[in-house]
Amino acid sequence: MSQQNFMRLEFAALSQNESFARVAVASFLSQLDVTMEELEEIKTVVSEGVTNAIIHGYEENPEGIVFIEVSYRDGLVELVIEDKGQGIADLDQAMQPLYTTKPELERSGMGFTIMENFVDSIEVATGVGKGTRIRMTKRLSFANAMQN
Amino acid sequence: MGLSVDMEIKHDVLVVRLRGELDHHTAEDLRRKVDDVLRNSEIRHIVLSLTDLEFMDSSGIGVILGRYKQISARSGEMVVCSINPTIHRIFEMSGLFKVIKFRESEAEALHVLGVA
Repeated sequence: MSQQNFMRLEFAALSQNESFARVAVASFLSQLDVTMEELEEIKTVVSEGVTNAIIHGYEENPEGIVFIEVSYRDGLVELVIEDKGQGIADLDQAMQPLYTTKPELERSGMGFTIMENFVDSIEVATGVGKGTRIRMTKRLSFANAMQN
Repeated sequence: MGLSVDMEIKHDVLVVRLRGELDHHTAEDLRRKVDDVLRNSEIRHIVLSLTDLEFMDSSGIGVILGRYKQISARSGEMVVCSINPTIHRIFEMSGLFKVIKFRESEAEALHVLGVA
């Protein structure tokens, strides 16, 4: 039996919505047989993506809107986090561990590294003045168990 | 849910106990609270007790490294204890354990810093 589902969210680029976004995505995915560890990893990547959109995409302008789409099919989760903000001028540099454009804000520069480590695939599409779209996929362990 | 910050000074050690979620939204509050206490120049070390910290992302790494730099400028040390597995991996990935010691419990962390 094929299990599939989809949801879409949009919200103001306010830091208090970081927690809301994590909880909303985790709650949607808890319909599946997801482990606590997988749920923690997904909450973490949602937090990283949404925080990037708020701080870097919109420079904390609350008029900005952050978009999230989550879908799953047979244990393969696809997660898209998007902003229509300023975009990333040098993506290779932005994805380097410890690189940050905002050291004065004590940003660690570890956001993309953590995202890469906690999902199976990540694609980033960005354009200066247009925004950034991060698409990630993660295969949940119960899906592997079903296959074997 | 947010973050609650409980602090206690034992000799020259500031014990910081975090409960809840440490993200970009709550990091600023933690920074302000710890920096207020660090004005007391007799504090040399920090023990970060994370038993009840349920969530942390890279914003947490940033604020922890920022406090580490201040303590290290006083020739002090930072010791972290009681971390959940996901947060432990984030610490590892970020290389934080190269500069911050890890101990299982708060008592062991205090012992490392010479507080019985």
